[in-house]
Amino acid sequence: MTSIMWFESYWDGMRSEVGGKASSLGEMTGAGLPVPPGFALTTEAFRTCRDAADLDKSLARLLFGLDVADLAMVQDRCSSMRDAVRAMPMDAAVERSLRIAYAELGRRSGTDDVPVAVRSSATSEDSPDASFAGEHDTYLWVRGSDAVVDAVRRCWASLFTDRATCYRVEMGYDHRSTEMSVVVQKMVRPVAAGVAFTLNPEDGDRSAIAIDSAWGFGEAVVSGEVTPDNYLVDKVMFEIGRRTISRKEHEYRLTDHDTVEKAAVEESRATVASITDAQIVAIARLARAAERHYGCPQDVEWAIDADLPEGSNVVLLQARPETVWSKLGAPRATVAPAGDFMSSIVATLMSPLHAQED
Amino acid sequence: MSDRFPRPHDVETPDGAEGWQDLYLYSSLFSEGRREYEESMFWFQDGVHWPEALTPWDATLYEFAIASLSQYNTRHLRVPPSDGIDFRILNGYAYLSPVAAPPGDIEARVAAFVDRAGFYFTNWNDLYDNWMIKIRGLVADLERLDFAPLPDLEDADLVVKSGAGVGSGYAIQESYHRLLDLALKLWQYHFEFLNLGYAAYLDFFGFCKQSWPSIPDLAIAKMVAGVEVDLFRPDEELKRLAHQAVDLGVAEAFVGDDAEETCRILRSTPAGESWIASFHDSAEPWFNFSSGSGFYHTDRVWIEHVSIPFGFIANYIARVQRGEDLARPVEAIRAERDRIVNEYADLLMRDSERDGFRAKLGLVRVVFPYVENHNFYVEHWSHSVIWRKMRELGAVFVTAGFWAEPDDIFFLKRTEVQDALWDYYASWATPAPAAGPAHWPAEIERRKAIHAALRRWKPTPAMGVPPAVIVEPFTVMLWGITSASVAAWLGGGSADDSGLKGFAASPGIAEGPARVICSADQIGEVQQGEILVAPLTAPSWAPIFGRIGATVTDTGGIMSHAAIVCREYGLPAVTGTGFATTAIRTGQRIRVDGSAGTVTILD
Repeated sequence: MTSIMWFESYWDGMRSEVGGKASSLGEMTGAGLPVPPGFALTTEAFRTCRDAADLDKSLARLLFGLDVADLAMVQDRCSSMRDAVRAMPMDAAVERSLRIAYAELGRRSGTDDVPVAVRSSATSEDSPDASFAGEHDTYLWVRGSDAVVDAVRRCWASLFTDRATCYRVEMGYDHRSTEMSVVVQKMVRPVAAGVAFTLNPEDGDRSAIAIDSAWGFGEAVVSGEVTPDNYLVDKVMFEIGRRTISRKEHEYRLTDHDTVEKAAVEESRATVASITDAQIVAIARLARAAERHYGCPQDVEWAIDADLPEGSNVVLLQARPETVWSKLGAPRATVAPAGDFMSSIVATLMSPLHAQED
Repeated sequence: MSDRFPRPHDVETPDGAEGWQDLYLYSSLFSEGRREYEESMFWFQDGVHWPEALTPWDATLYEFAIASLSQYNTRHLRVPPSDGIDFRILNGYAYLSPVAAPPGDIEARVAAFVDRAGFYFTNWNDLYDNWMIKIRGLVADLERLDFAPLPDLEDADLVVKSGAGVGSGYAIQESYHRLLDLALKLWQYHFEFLNLGYAAYLDFFGFCKQSWPSIPDLAIAKMVAGVEVDLFRPDEELKRLAHQAVDLGVAEAFVGDDAEETCRILRSTPAGESWIASFHDSAEPWFNFSSGSGFYHTDRVWIEHVSIPFGFIANYIARVQRGEDLARPVEAIRAERDRIVNEYADLLMRDSERDGFRAKLGLVRVVFPYVENHNFYVEHWSHSVIWRKMRELGAVFVTAGFWAEPDDIFFLKRTEVQDALWDYYASWATPAPAAGPAHWPAEIERRKAIHAALRRWKPTPAMGVPPAVIVEPFTVMLWGITSASVAAWLGGGSADDSGLKGFAASPGIAEGPARVICSADQIGEVQQGEILVAPLTAPSWAPIFGRIGATVTDTGGIMSHAAIVCREYGLPAVTGTGFATTAIRTGQRIRVDGSAGTVTILD
């Protein structure tokens, strides 16, 4: 068993080793849904470190006689357990694997000290995702392998938040079987970003993919602050049928200290297309893949990552079911009863659609 | 910007073309007696089929074609909303005007149309099989026509002692009448199926546009397109012969440009002889293939100009020797077509819609082979025999001193050829001097000068007041004329902001230097990587498509022959731009977006 699982090498049997979040990212990558690249540090890595440091012994002492009704005791004991986890020396082999994987992610992104998000990815046995989603920690814009190693330990420590610990006690789960995987994923630095619908929001046409795009972070598009460029792409042929380039006055962009600021777009970029034709098609393919994967029309958020090479720089940030037209239904052609093909041909000749075309 | 085009009666005669009316039948000219009617109609120049000025005899096939089209709409099938297409010749150019059925009659016409067209759709395969027999019989009848100088003395056995009672003087006139009859019959056959094929296509097209409002026209065309189409067969034969030349070890014979020398080298070895035999197998009928639209006697036919197929074969040989696979990926094409059909079908929500979609697609696939294949049998094969036979007759007149070159016969109207034949026959019968040798040489010279002046004239794209919207379905389908293209013509005939708009006829984007080609003779000038800009392209230009980056045409819609061939060869194409050949100069860099239907002039 290895310590590192890249998203693209995920398979079903690994779910218990990498937890829900990493499984979902691995599944999406495998389904042609290009989430930002990254990897998971497996539960095996956690176990190895835990056993090497003989962590169980110190945890058992702190858990002994823990009364979940005693708030002060819970706070005190849990805080000590988290400190113990964070202070635990990382197993040398695991740490080396983690640093190598982080360096590889940097190489793939063409940048040293690539900024990453470090998130806990709980295994499901003792942690219903819904109730625990907010419990485990997430660290954004982590740069450098020392910081990554530290963030991983913080994630591990978050197994022993007050609430998680009480939950396990109440449910009778064994604390020693509690394990955690950690996801390390590249932070997206968007050149352009936006949304895509897997139908035409104007008429519900299921054969179309509509894309809105503007410079910088997608907030500008999602919030409606900027009139985005708009494209209509055919879902089967991937032909760009319509393109509307808008004037994009401002964008949200990253500052030198990893914060996001709103800034005016310089004149030379304001009126030009924010994405290339190849990127438009890649976004459409991504949206179509999401629709196939989830089995219903999707509303996806995407970005063009500045660090990734052309050809793999379109990334999926979020996908959720489209709700408006999915309820209203798609356009329908009138269908004559089987065998009566002439009535339709006559109707076609009498009122050719071409008249409204062009 | 004006809201109308010039009135036909106001269009001036080009300098040097005075008297051009003498070159055409009186019924094909705009005339004072019909002026009020003519000025009430909208006329457009048919650049898809007749982009150049017609010679007097070449007008024959134009007139036969359009009258036959009309006859089928009105008298055979009674297409509810459309009567025929009226036609005129102005300054040598073909102008058409769709005639709508009287609005009050449209409902009443439906029953007859449903009965008649329904019979054809229901029995299509049997009728189409029979059509193939009829058309091959017609070609055989044309081939049997014999035009030879009249003999000094009729054959004793064949003519005198047989009791036939008639001789070659009668036969040559009968043969010419027969040629005209067969040419008219050819065009009757042509329209027996064509508009019905388009009607089924339009019905399917309408279903697709209702179900998926933004579906590209191209996707619909691809779902319908046949995989193995007779129109591509000549090119397939070239590839086969190229492979065979390499396999037989006779490829070096194609190194030079001289077809005669190639033949001589081939004949010097048994392997070469067997290649030549193989070439002849392909040539009949597949190289009865015109380098143009087939509507002009000047269009060069492969079988008569073997340097054309030899040149293409030489190119293919070079590609075979470089290790390229020339074979069309038939399985991949079929799989892609199935993928497109299945993916659109999956987007339909209900079984009834999916069934309707499959049924319409089923019908259109039954009828569409005719639409794709007829062009080879009619415009290429049959026409090339007609031109060849007319040349044989022209040569008879050369022998009799009527004019200098066999091709001069095309400067006579079809009715005048009958008069000249009579003159020739009567003088042979007597014998006595014919009037023709003193009459025709000067007249033909005068007509050639007029024709040359007409060729220099750039025809106005349309005349009269355009309708608010173009609704006649066949006009859109066959000629690619829409309300938008009419508006573009009215816009003045120049590229706006260094761009042209046309039909997105074949997807993809290409950039490169333009090569403007205005006649089939120039296609040899096209260089590797250039973008072909032409009034229209002929299917027989296919072999040069391996060299070019994209195609732009003045005329034609998404189902024009040019569009079909470009899609087949995977080249971006924008058709029906109106003015590409005048707006673009050879050597200019242009960008063709075959998906958006735009052409941008980059410098």
